[in-house]
Amino acid sequence: METPTPAKSVNMSVMPTFAKQLLATPVLAEAPPLGSGHPAVAAERDLRLDLFRGLALWLIFLDHIPQNIMNWFTIRNYGFSDATEIFIFISGYTAAFVYGRAMRERGIIVASARVLRRAWQIYVAHIFLFTIFMAEIAYVAATFDNPLYAEEMNILDFLKSPDITIFQALLLKFKPVNMDVLPLYIVLLLLFPPMLWLLLWQPAFALAGSALLYVLAWNFDWNLPAYPNGVWFFNPFAWQLLFVFGAWCALGGAQRLSGVLRSPIVLGTAIAYLVFAFVITLTWYNEALARFVPGWLSDWMYPIDKTNLDVLRFAHFLALAAVTVRFVPRDWPGLKSPLFRPAILCGQHSLEIFCLGVFLAFAGQFIISEWSGGPLLQTGISLIGILIMIATASLISWYKYIEGRSPNARVKSPNADLAGGEA
Amino acid sequence: MKLCRSIFATLALLGACLVAVCWDGGARAASVPEECDVPQSLVESDTDLPRATSEIKERRRLDISVIGTGSSALSGPDGVRFAYPARLNEALKARLPGADIAVTTHVQPRATTATMVEGLGKILTDDKPVLVIWQAGTADALSGIEPEEFRSSLDDGVATIQAAGADVILMNMQYSPRTESMLDVSAYADVMRVVAQQRGTVLFDRLAIMHYWNDAGAFDLYAATKKYDMARRVHECIGWALASQIINAAHLDAVRMQTTR
Repeated sequence: METPTPAKSVNMSVMPTFAKQLLATPVLAEAPPLGSGHPAVAAERDLRLDLFRGLALWLIFLDHIPQNIMNWFTIRNYGFSDATEIFIFISGYTAAFVYGRAMRERGIIVASARVLRRAWQIYVAHIFLFTIFMAEIAYVAATFDNPLYAEEMNILDFLKSPDITIFQALLLKFKPVNMDVLPLYIVLLLLFPPMLWLLLWQPAFALAGSALLYVLAWNFDWNLPAYPNGVWFFNPFAWQLLFVFGAWCALGGAQRLSGVLRSPIVLGTAIAYLVFAFVITLTWYNEALARFVPGWLSDWMYPIDKTNLDVLRFAHFLALAAVTVRFVPRDWPGLKSPLFRPAILCGQHSLEIFCLGVFLAFAGQFIISEWSGGPLLQTGISLIGILIMIATASLISWYKYIEGRSPNARVKSPNADLAGGEA
Repeated sequence: MKLCRSIFATLALLGACLVAVCWDGGARAASVPEECDVPQSLVESDTDLPRATSEIKERRRLDISVIGTGSSALSGPDGVRFAYPARLNEALKARLPGADIAVTTHVQPRATTATMVEGLGKILTDDKPVLVIWQAGTADALSGIEPEEFRSSLDDGVATIQAAGADVILMNMQYSPRTESMLDVSAYADVMRVVAQQRGTVLFDRLAIMHYWNDAGAFDLYAATKKYDMARRVHECIGWALASQIINAAHLDAVRMQTTR
């Protein structure tokens, strides 16, 4: 196993000792550059993945506190796609990187077992979050009453039949608000072993298959059922396209695309589309501007479906990615600056930080309710939440670092945890 | 002499007008409770209510049907009298003196939009409304109806009402900060905005208006209470805001002037 190397270029002279220790924890090596077709060749980790996943985690946290004034800073207000796309794409990318190598080196069985173990971990994390959610709901049900909201309080009805509710939650059919991403992730991982095998064997074929599944899901309205009604908020049959596309990029696809990405026409188209999406989003918040959207355009465009990963959203993510890759190269020195380090640390422990973020959003929303909070409190809660996420990520890094360094450290195979960016 | 008299008459007339305007303004300010204030932009509308306009202008009457779920009613003693449909009736009578206003209410607690659409035909033939106020979305969000399914039901319903010759106002959900983390209504609110835009109906944005009251400190919507006072005051204000929106969209301010002078 590899020894983690401390980040060298971070200027530590002015920082307190503890911060130095935290910063000295590993920026893990071994991930390949975006676009490398040979993950077996150890290269420095592509910090862009961690950076953008970390940022996505912050944005998801902010978006999960409803009516938070800080929501105005998240990307969903400036275009069609949001942090979920970034998160799922990068998760696909890292999953393919970590388990792709395992599949090459150790075979299908071992790699599949590791993917399934990861799915199990995420399932446990999801159920843990569900427990916290139930506690909050039960508290609200016991203490909050107002005849004005007699109708809305029916949402608590499920407490009357906990047998059914908890069972449906274990089956991933009952999913409270904001708890849709992890179940999606679990299903994507469950389906991932055969897809990964196909990606290694025939990448183009695998990508085409994924696109076909996406089209079929749209055509025949395929989705998984939810409880008590309806379907999954994130349709796995549609969202797998983004996950598989991420995986495809990790296994050499990005390199194949690099020529295309350098073309000025692609860059121009991407920027034009981002501007278009931005202008359209403005009209959602300004009635007066909405009048300028021609009828045929809105007829064709709306609704922009998040459940089924609308093509407009997917395209928006692609445009965003194309522009980002162009202006933030892999060896961009800024990636090593202390400024981005907090986000990178969060991105390297995505499962833990994601769960923490969901919990903090519950807690933050709860505090805002209790204190009837205005913009000041909302901003404070948002910033404190992000600080807690950073501190926790630092702590996890530090813990893994000392565990890895101690002479009694278990010898681990290079699994998802060691790769830092969990799949 | 003649000149003097005509100048005097003109002045007297002007004075009378001035008094009338002041009196009128005073009366109006006194009748709209201060806590109900909403920014004009929230009760304005690009869309007209042509049937309501002609009905008021030609026959001086307005038959309104309110269709909705639990949040269109109030429990407790005398709930019907304090709920917003009855308050709307009073507010319209105060602001359109001399007009004959009739509000009929059809509350189906917990009914999804698809269920409400089934009952529309009977309501339309029984009431023969000129204006239908349709409060929807909450029940659909509660029972997890797919937003797309909600959209098509709502669209069908609006088409049915319009085919029967009535104007439509869609009313969205209440702003409920306590249940926000458990019940996400935003997707349903978006659907209602889109349907209103595509079908050319008025949207009464109850969500934004209540949000404004909460932010402005008119009501503390986070408060836990078993008492009915706040709920009644909120419904009172919804009635007034709704009346303002109807008067704006149907261009009845001019009519009101004619009837008072």
